[in-house]
Amino acid sequence: MNRKPVELICPAGNLPALRTAVDNGADAVYIGFRNNTNARNFPGLNFSRDEAVKGIEYARQAGKKVFLALNTYPVPQRWKEAADSIDIAAAIGADALILADLSLLEYASSTYPGLRLHLSVQGSATNRNAIAFYREKFGIQRVVLPRVLSLGQVARLVQTAGVEIEVFGYGGLCVMAEGRCSLSSYVTAESPNSAGVCSPAHAVRWQETASGTDSYLNGVLINTFSTDEAASYPTICKGRFMVNGTIYHAIEEPTCLNLLEILPEIARAGITAIKVEGRQRSRAYVATVTRILRAALDACHQDPDVFSAKAEWINQLNQLAEGNCHTLGAYHRPWQ
Amino acid sequence: MKISIGPIQYFWKRDWVFAFYESLQDSPADTIYLGETVCSKRRELDLGDWLDIAGSLRKAGKEVILSSLSLIESESELSSLQRITSNADYAVEANDMAAIQLLSGRKKFVIGPHINIYNQHSLRLLSLVGASRWVVPMEIGQHILGDILQQRPQEMQVEVFAFGRLPLAFSARCFSARAHNRGKDECGFICGEHTDGILLNTQDNQPFLQINGIQIQSAATCNLIGHYEELVSRGIDILRLSPQFEGMPEIIRILRQVADGLLDIPTAMQQLLPFQTHGSCDGYWNGVPGMHQSSAATG
Repeated sequence: MNRKPVELICPAGNLPALRTAVDNGADAVYIGFRNNTNARNFPGLNFSRDEAVKGIEYARQAGKKVFLALNTYPVPQRWKEAADSIDIAAAIGADALILADLSLLEYASSTYPGLRLHLSVQGSATNRNAIAFYREKFGIQRVVLPRVLSLGQVARLVQTAGVEIEVFGYGGLCVMAEGRCSLSSYVTAESPNSAGVCSPAHAVRWQETASGTDSYLNGVLINTFSTDEAASYPTICKGRFMVNGTIYHAIEEPTCLNLLEILPEIARAGITAIKVEGRQRSRAYVATVTRILRAALDACHQDPDVFSAKAEWINQLNQLAEGNCHTLGAYHRPWQ
Repeated sequence: MKISIGPIQYFWKRDWVFAFYESLQDSPADTIYLGETVCSKRRELDLGDWLDIAGSLRKAGKEVILSSLSLIESESELSSLQRITSNADYAVEANDMAAIQLLSGRKKFVIGPHINIYNQHSLRLLSLVGASRWVVPMEIGQHILGDILQQRPQEMQVEVFAFGRLPLAFSARCFSARAHNRGKDECGFICGEHTDGILLNTQDNQPFLQINGIQIQSAATCNLIGHYEELVSRGIDILRLSPQFEGMPEIIRILRQVADGLLDIPTAMQQLLPFQTHGSCDGYWNGVPGMHQSSAATG
């Protein structure tokens, strides 16, 4: 078959994870610097300049790429740090920058015209006109789509966007349109847009109760768990709340996006790349997800017509997932 | 200080919408934003209806701006957007980059609160393609805003969300339909049965959020009137009030009187209390969690 293989883009929160992703078959690894400039600004995570240099070297020796995510929206006091980070990324030879902020896109495209730019999912571009703005103004070559579109809508964008399309293929599911959610800052003052974090760890409190565990985010009760339940991290959209007298996951169940079952449709639609969420996750997670998705993408590429997702793949991936189950999310219309 | 009325976030019956805007004709509001910004399935009014309302409001001396959808996914949503952006008579509030792409270089426009502008460089960039007013994103507090406005583009008006439930998030999913155990495609326009959305409480019974279709709002009412002097000294031109079902004429009157120096702030805060069903908040303005209410500003 002549179609270009779908690229596999994997996360790395540190150098060992990057090596693991490369060793297990990632086509590209995306990383962030250890500062406020990327949407996974968690303690103990991310890369110094030297580590990024080593990571790029390692990937390049294996014929793989490294993308640098600088995808928060810098406020004036942090703008220089963000622009400096772009300079560093350009100097050390990152294969692409993943940006969201208009002024950073402008800075990167005018200062480094040869540098490949991807519009981050935080850029929240969900239609061809929005994408056209970034393409015409800054020459972006790829867009990472927010997890709000159906597969049909994504397939149409492949035809109309005029840039490569990257979608999320596996990992924790943001139910909100990325770049359009301030739930975290409403409760903690920090959000993905402004600080690169969602529900920051310092605001989390677990409280043992007679019947189990309660989880709080800055004093707001997000969830209660009985002793026989696994307690999940208090992300606001995944909490249990009371609406009309009923307690339930009023926004979204903790679940995991997994596109394994529709890989042939992804390939046929002409989507350039699928991305794995989780720069904050462990090296073991990166290893397993990368290995399985590599095998699945190869099998799908070889013969999409007979491809089916192996039960063992699904089981292994489900074990890594939030809530231990998976969904096709917005790609599958009835979910919406 | 001017007062604007933001777009109606909820799905109100057609007659209510007409009656609401009729009631604004004689109100002391300066600017009215019209149109659906949350869900494209809500079609009680078409563009012709909105333009009729716009005409009456303009005749009554109001500035009218057409607001556009915040989350745009489909071709039909893009065509509706195009009809709005290509109208000859009214300025447009862009709430998605698609609108900015269509308006760029063609027409003056308002940067809506759902466009991510966090620094002076991005603001300047949009000013160069035609933005003449900026509605500041909810998250941005007064100190960061002050930093940004040190390099305020010439003739850029600044509008701040000053009263109402804060629009916090948008999704592909409909949470109103979910609250009624329905899928989005079978929603039956259930959001229309809730004039101000559906209250979401925490399990220990604290009002927390408000479900409004594909949008999540704060349950608490953002109220920045306690910060009126700061709003003035920061150079804010317009205060936005977000429509709620009860009390808008009264709320507009109170804010107008504060702006005209006819009402002191503690009295105004007192008079606004009945219109803040689930409490108030001003945290974002102070650079702390948005849900917080500062004691200095409670009146």
